[in-house]
Amino acid sequence: MGYMLEGATGAWEIVVGLEVHAQVISESKLFSGASATYGGAPNSHVSFVDAGFPGMLPVINRECVAQAVRTGLGLNAQINFWSRFDRKNYFYADLPNGYQISQFAHPIVGTGVVEIELQDGTIKQIGITRLHLEQDAGKSMHDQHPAKSVIDLNRAGVGLMEIVSEPDIRSPEEAGAYLRKIRQIVRYLGTCDGNMEEGSMRADVNVSVRKPGEDFRTRCEIKNVNSVRFVMHAVEAEAQRQIEVWESGGTVTQETRLYDPARGETRSMRSKEDAHDYRYFPEPDLLPLVLDEQWVAELKAKLPELPDEKRKRFCAQYGITFYDAGVLTADQLTADFFETVAKNRDARLACNWITGDFFATLNRTGASIETSPVSAAALGELIDLISDQTINGRIAKDVFEGMVETGKMPAAIVEEKGLKQVTDTGAIDSAVAAILAANQDKVAEYKSGKDKLFGFFVGQVMKAMQGKANPALVNEVIKKQLS
Amino acid sequence: MTLTDLTIAGASTLLASREISAVELTAAHNDAVAALNPRLNAYITATPEQAQEQAKAADAAIAAGTGTPLTGIPLAIKDLFCTAGIRTTAASKILDPFIPPYESTVTAQLKAAGAVFLGKANLDEFAMGSSNITSGYGPVENPWKREGSDAKLVPGGSSGGSAAAVAARIAMGATGTDTGGSIRQPAAFTGLAGIKPTYGRCSRYGIIAFASSLDQAGPLARTVEDCAILLQVMSGFDPRDSTSAERPVPDFRAAIARGVKGLKIGIPAEYRMDGISPEIDALWQKGIGWLREEGAIIQEISLPHTKYGLPVYYIVAPAEASSNLARYDGVRFGARVDGEDLIDMYERTRAAGFGAEVKRRIMIGTYVLSAGYYDAYYLKAQKIRALILRDFTDAFAKVDAILTPTAPSAAFGIGEKMDDPVTMYLNDVFTVPSNLAGIPAMSVPAGLSSEGLPLGLQIIGRHFDEETVFAVSAAIERAADFTTKPAIIAGGA
Amino acid sequence: MSLDSAAIRRIAKLARIRVDDSEVATLQTELNAILGYVEQLNEVDVAGIEPLSGGAQMAMRLRADSCTDGDIAEHILANAPDRIGDFFAVPKVVE
Repeated sequence: MGYMLEGATGAWEIVVGLEVHAQVISESKLFSGASATYGGAPNSHVSFVDAGFPGMLPVINRECVAQAVRTGLGLNAQINFWSRFDRKNYFYADLPNGYQISQFAHPIVGTGVVEIELQDGTIKQIGITRLHLEQDAGKSMHDQHPAKSVIDLNRAGVGLMEIVSEPDIRSPEEAGAYLRKIRQIVRYLGTCDGNMEEGSMRADVNVSVRKPGEDFRTRCEIKNVNSVRFVMHAVEAEAQRQIEVWESGGTVTQETRLYDPARGETRSMRSKEDAHDYRYFPEPDLLPLVLDEQWVAELKAKLPELPDEKRKRFCAQYGITFYDAGVLTADQLTADFFETVAKNRDARLACNWITGDFFATLNRTGASIETSPVSAAALGELIDLISDQTINGRIAKDVFEGMVETGKMPAAIVEEKGLKQVTDTGAIDSAVAAILAANQDKVAEYKSGKDKLFGFFVGQVMKAMQGKANPALVNEVIKKQLS
Repeated sequence: MTLTDLTIAGASTLLASREISAVELTAAHNDAVAALNPRLNAYITATPEQAQEQAKAADAAIAAGTGTPLTGIPLAIKDLFCTAGIRTTAASKILDPFIPPYESTVTAQLKAAGAVFLGKANLDEFAMGSSNITSGYGPVENPWKREGSDAKLVPGGSSGGSAAAVAARIAMGATGTDTGGSIRQPAAFTGLAGIKPTYGRCSRYGIIAFASSLDQAGPLARTVEDCAILLQVMSGFDPRDSTSAERPVPDFRAAIARGVKGLKIGIPAEYRMDGISPEIDALWQKGIGWLREEGAIIQEISLPHTKYGLPVYYIVAPAEASSNLARYDGVRFGARVDGEDLIDMYERTRAAGFGAEVKRRIMIGTYVLSAGYYDAYYLKAQKIRALILRDFTDAFAKVDAILTPTAPSAAFGIGEKMDDPVTMYLNDVFTVPSNLAGIPAMSVPAGLSSEGLPLGLQIIGRHFDEETVFAVSAAIERAADFTTKPAIIAGGA
Repeated sequence: MSLDSAAIRRIAKLARIRVDDSEVATLQTELNAILGYVEQLNEVDVAGIEPLSGGAQMAMRLRADSCTDGDIAEHILANAPDRIGDFFAVPKVVE
């Protein structure tokens, strides 16, 4: 029994499909040579083609095509060697041509599948229906002037990949997991930066509800949701709304809605009649897109290792848990960082340090892997110092703090502060003897059965030796001297 | 010698030998434009000063030995080609204030070859029409007159201004565009040669789009050779146009002297339509005779889907146009009529800016693409279009070129054929199929009607075989020996 | 397929062309004449025929990915009927 919502008339199942719009990473736009990078002064990343001037014509960007193919391969999807562009006709201020060049009938990528992992560890497959290429629209702003809206076409014509899922998603959690997975894949592949706050990735969420066992009921589309959290909330809110409609005897009408995060609910977009009559027809300014098989094979061969594969390999190769491998492969940079640190070293130690102190430091300082105060080389050296017993685990934490603060390499910090682990049994013998001598009463208690005091003796010895003693040796010596 | 009477080929020789200068040649044409354009309305925007500047530069180039066959040659440019810094209207009020900041590829190539631009020629609005009557800047008068009649006649369309200018000798040659016959039919109505090349031969970059899968640029001139000279420069692969053909441009001028000996010429039975005027039929027969005399082999062929060409065209072209003209919304360029909100602004701007024919076609196009009608109209039309292409492909397995009349009548009066849109559409019945198939076709003046008006014959060829088209056209031209001049002409009749 | 006045208004709306009541009847007549003319296409058997788009069916050429255009904001805005700074301006849109 999956995720259900309880209504007055019983349990309801949620049915969700996601359409993700992912901006393609490329130098120039899909059909023009203007810059595709984010930002820029208004209307500066705009060519006459993007602005829809008379007589202007689209010319397709090879890299955008390659990015779509790479993404399709990353979604385990079928690559369509013949595909075609169509015009989607509608009027809006941010759509200069009065049509968007998209792919309707014959997309570049067909069916595929993606695996998501839920919190309880179950793995679920979500089907991909298709992926197609299309133009992004410009931006209109309505708050710059009391009576006017203003338009910036910088984004108009940037390549978008629209990734459509099958309606296989059954809960807010699944929706979140799916969206995170898509984001992870495109970031791994370098085909989209997945930045939802900046709008380079957006989701349209199709939601319907039904009683278990029923056919699909009418769905509503919630447009342009720009965070994973909001997607999950929107699914829940919209499902609740629809359940209320059905249970009060009404019918859900198919419509486009927006999610209002402030209110935590969806609302109807001002509907325009014929809003959906896009009058698709084949784009006459373009020819069919025919992919060279050899070219696609080369793209496939050069694909980076994908997150799921990498995660499995990490478990097998480094002997770390599936959970930890998931954390380390959440993004490519972290995974690379780990592998650099773990190379020829104790991988589990590396894993613990990275997922523990290192991540905590990044969180605390607001840094990212790229801006990390501690480099992979530095962390690797720290682990070497632990592994060869130069320092113990406790001291290592202090050294790490020093690394974060000063940016210095661990060996240098150990030298400077004289933190080398003491393994000289003579020194330890003396220290233990001194502690035992100073605590005769406790020795007697220990010998009469209070085993816990062993820890007290260890603690005292470590303190006396400023933490630098090798703990295993300390244990051994105390045991010997107490026997 | 009347400078405005020269052909491009003739003037080019005289310029090269410095017997005449580009400056005087252009001055003569500027004077002619000033004298006759107020009446003919062939130009929407005359550019005499820029023309003079270009002429000076041309003389310098010739003196420096870097002249080309087009250096110093004064041309009319159909106002559908975007010319940087020079107002470009598409003969529509909606583009009345538009000054393109870019140049079309075709006109850039003509400029690079040293041609002089006398101005922007009038046309049917957005190239939609066969008479130049739909222009937002007034109709164009055909310099030809019926014998004994003062009635103003249409020059044909949509390249009516280009045709009238060249025929009246207020330009030496002109650029046109042909989507359903818009070069060939006006050429036939005004006694000129005009060719629509293979789709993809000339770049569409910077040409205001009407129907993207049909539009092609081409020349109008007084001789077949002049057309060849112009087309040579206008043609060529352009990476800025995805439909541009990546093919070398052959030597069109050289093909003119080839002759037609041994060529197989197809005569399609279906072009002998009900109601075809006897004198046009007679001219057609004459043309067949000329070619036979020159050694061509005449063969009856069948193009079974010919009559469906026009209805297919009047679905496909308006459909594409309805989408191509969506950008005329008053937001980024052109005229704007204010409104209460954005939609109101769109609706008022477009209602005020577009003429009646353009509105009709946009609406038909919108309808045939709309939900529920796409299959019945647009999809079906594109399938029949495939059959029309197949007809030609089958025919060209047997013949090398096809000979037909260009238009079903001679030029008609301004104000005639206005009963309903369809009557006007029937002007294109012989020209439309070659646009649908994307194959090259040329009109050559072949004779006069009983009223003394020019009649043209059309030569259709295989994809990218303009050379054969030129060869056959030249043969017709030689045999026809068409030397009559129109009533209204620079320097007097 | 005959268009009634409601259809004319709907098409005009889709095409964003304002049509006055006085124009509807004329448009109806004219457009129906055109649609009547194209009805003859129903005579043709198109079973098994693939639709044609362009003249010569080639495959599309792909352009190299480099930034070769843009940075021409003044040219882009030079013909704007209304602008505010480097933005195009239109009557306010209410979403």
